[in-house]
Amino acid sequence: MEHKAFPSLGEDLYTETLPNGLRLQVIPKPGFRSCYAVLAVNYGGAFRRFRLDGEDFDTPAGAAHYLEHKMFDLPEGDKALEQLSANGADPNAFTAAGITCYYFRCTERFAENLRLLLHFVTTPYFTEETVQKEQGIIAQEIQEDLDSPDSAVYYRLLRQLYARHPFREPVIGSLESIREIRPETLAACHRAFYTPANMCLCVEGDVEPDQIARIARESLPEGPAPLPETDFGEPEEPLPLEKLHRESWDLSAPLFLIGAKLCPTGKGREALRERLTAALALRLLAGSSSPFYHRLYAQGLLNRSFDGELDFSLGLGTLLLGGECPDPEAVLRALEEELDRVRREGLDPARFERAKRASLGARLRGLEDFESLCIALAEGLFDGYCALDATELLQDIGRAECEDYLRRRLAPERLALSIIEPRRI
Amino acid sequence: MELTRIEILPGVWLNHLHEEKFKTACLSLNLLTQLKRESAAMNALIPYVLRRGTTRYPDMEALSARMDELYGAAVEPVVRRIGEIQCLGFYASIPEDAFLPGGQSVLRPATELLGQLLLSPNTRGGLLLPAYVDSEREKMLDAIRSRKNDKSAYALFRCVEEMCCFEDFAVSRLGGESECEAINYKKLTKQYHSLLQQSPVEIFYCGRAPLQELRAALRDALITLPRGEIDYEIGTDLRLNAIEAQPRFVEEEQDVTQGKLVMGWRLGECMEDPDQAAILCFNAVFGGGSSSKLFRNVREKLQLCYYADSLADIHKGLLLVSAGIEFDRLELARDEILAQLEAIKNGEISDEELAAAKAGLASDLRAICDSQGELEGFTLAQAMDGLDYGPLELAALAEDVTKEDVRRIAQSTECDMIYFLKAGEPEEEEDEEEEEKDTEDHGA
Repeated sequence: MEHKAFPSLGEDLYTETLPNGLRLQVIPKPGFRSCYAVLAVNYGGAFRRFRLDGEDFDTPAGAAHYLEHKMFDLPEGDKALEQLSANGADPNAFTAAGITCYYFRCTERFAENLRLLLHFVTTPYFTEETVQKEQGIIAQEIQEDLDSPDSAVYYRLLRQLYARHPFREPVIGSLESIREIRPETLAACHRAFYTPANMCLCVEGDVEPDQIARIARESLPEGPAPLPETDFGEPEEPLPLEKLHRESWDLSAPLFLIGAKLCPTGKGREALRERLTAALALRLLAGSSSPFYHRLYAQGLLNRSFDGELDFSLGLGTLLLGGECPDPEAVLRALEEELDRVRREGLDPARFERAKRASLGARLRGLEDFESLCIALAEGLFDGYCALDATELLQDIGRAECEDYLRRRLAPERLALSIIEPRRI
Repeated sequence: MELTRIEILPGVWLNHLHEEKFKTACLSLNLLTQLKRESAAMNALIPYVLRRGTTRYPDMEALSARMDELYGAAVEPVVRRIGEIQCLGFYASIPEDAFLPGGQSVLRPATELLGQLLLSPNTRGGLLLPAYVDSEREKMLDAIRSRKNDKSAYALFRCVEEMCCFEDFAVSRLGGESECEAINYKKLTKQYHSLLQQSPVEIFYCGRAPLQELRAALRDALITLPRGEIDYEIGTDLRLNAIEAQPRFVEEEQDVTQGKLVMGWRLGECMEDPDQAAILCFNAVFGGGSSSKLFRNVREKLQLCYYADSLADIHKGLLLVSAGIEFDRLELARDEILAQLEAIKNGEISDEELAAAKAGLASDLRAICDSQGELEGFTLAQAMDGLDYGPLELAALAEDVTKEDVRRIAQSTECDMIYFLKAGEPEEEEDEEEEEKDTEDHGA
């Protein structure tokens, strides 16, 4: 395998692309008892429309997530989840809009668990009966989601921001859409996307990289398969469709989420640089050390629930900032003013240097979480960069670049606000 | 990995784990005090008020500038409840010097900052600043009230509150709403001083710094800690039996689309001499993961829910099961959950079920050694229970648990409360407290 050392992080990365197209990334961690393996598929809830072997597919909302649930069934009649659990592993999976991941953590029998993971994710087995049976469980998962104000405020905001992109639809689907999902739907999605060339395997733990490569070669289908053409609709405009939306729920305090489309342009390593610049800009604009946050915190507008996030899945670039607050519209106004000020006056040099230090500390902390790191490695790989390059690249980003980013990618009119407020009785 | 526990000042214990494998060190400082309704809210508020400013860094802006300078060495308030002991203080995550540019060292300055946050708050006339106290009190009230925003956590909290209505355990880690409303800066300053004087202090460190170096840094940082008569009499009252012969039933209505069922048991007689490994293993067999009886039967076989999890609180001796279900399936789900417990009581545990539960539990316990946060929580709880073994020793004990051990724990349980949150018009607001995220369950 190919080896790259990251001496300043004390990490080593081993990579290889197998003849069937599967990409492998391994970080050996001597001294740790836990091993993580993540098998990621470059496919998620937003991949609704695609073309494979000359045939067009338009799949119901929730198909990718339904597929993830059903992958754990094996033709032998066993359930992969139970087999992994029986080995003491802690298996799980998630489906996001742009990625599906199957993973486990274990402290024993790693090779056996890895073989099982690779086997069940690449073994389609869907019958009328088993697919029908899962509907009840997923319906309960949807019901649970319907009771979550966090989920509601999030998808509300996405619908305010995005006009067409399927990113705006709940990954889990709806009670109606999941009824349309048949064994053939799942089989088509699996055939289209679950090919080794559209997946990657990331492993972190006290392991031998060559052993991982050997197991992967032995356990996966040979030969690359054609990849489907996907259709996410026409590109989106930078401005939101709806600036403000409010809903009333049975809540104690208003919940809000402010968002914006960042419309990123970078590819590969440039994409990583753009993401790091965006993260630094967000930290400086509204992070927990920013004057904006301190002012609103002291005024009683913000509390410790306030948090920001950048989502770059599907190449979209979505800024999200939210929490609980008595007057979300005042927060939006203050953020617009602050953004306007920073765009005019620029960033404070001393604060910029401190923010870079804090980012370095946060990146080091991020390396402690194997699961997140494996997922970040997979996402980076699908987007053409190496997530471990972030720390070095971060040092290279200057104040002017950050200011320029804020001027080009964000503007007060690009912000939208979604509010869920307590129902007045 | 070796744990050393020493008393560095009167009633101040340092739990030191020397570990080279992490990129960041963890340092936490916890004041321990008895959980009581009248003082819980005040105690919980203290670290948040202290985090607003010190004599040297008088406001949050100055404090965060300092923490950013120290490469994001974050020192944040933490309030927990372990059994009926409230633990409050700070948790610091500090980058290891080896990974910082130019051979800089942040451990000592970060330890100093921790000491300043605890001992040198921004005061006027010796009193905590009214503006900080009022502002943090309002934020905490919001946090207490916003408990109902997360319906599953709310249901869990309400079940415990109803079940333990005659016990201090009904008080959440943040205390009660009306007690919080009554806090002012004078009362809080008084409570702050009495906590500093009387509380046993548990410090946890895991990282590369040798014991002597850390001990010296901490002694310097805490040199002004006033110590009076230390209150070692704190502890948890165990109730072994259900309150009534039949489980009590409480139903509540809110605007929900899915019913939230929570059932609570007393772990019972087994708590007289609790076998931690056996209790955790019983929990794993019953509802602790995807090989458990609840997952296989309530979710996979009957498809009653997406989740049906059980949780054993070994500090208070409770067992809790929560599930999200259709409104009209309450009886069905309840009976199935009870039937699965009954099966364990009758010894209906297959070899595979036991093996999977033990393997999963042992693996979860061993994995604690790979996470700073989990090591901290585990070590703090063990120190409070006076137990001197680590996760690896407990994992080894878990591997020796027998079917009979698991059955014995099941037989010891008594169902005490069934709580159901269903759709309907919400009732008038009552005095309520914050959500439950605070019981330590050792990875179960």
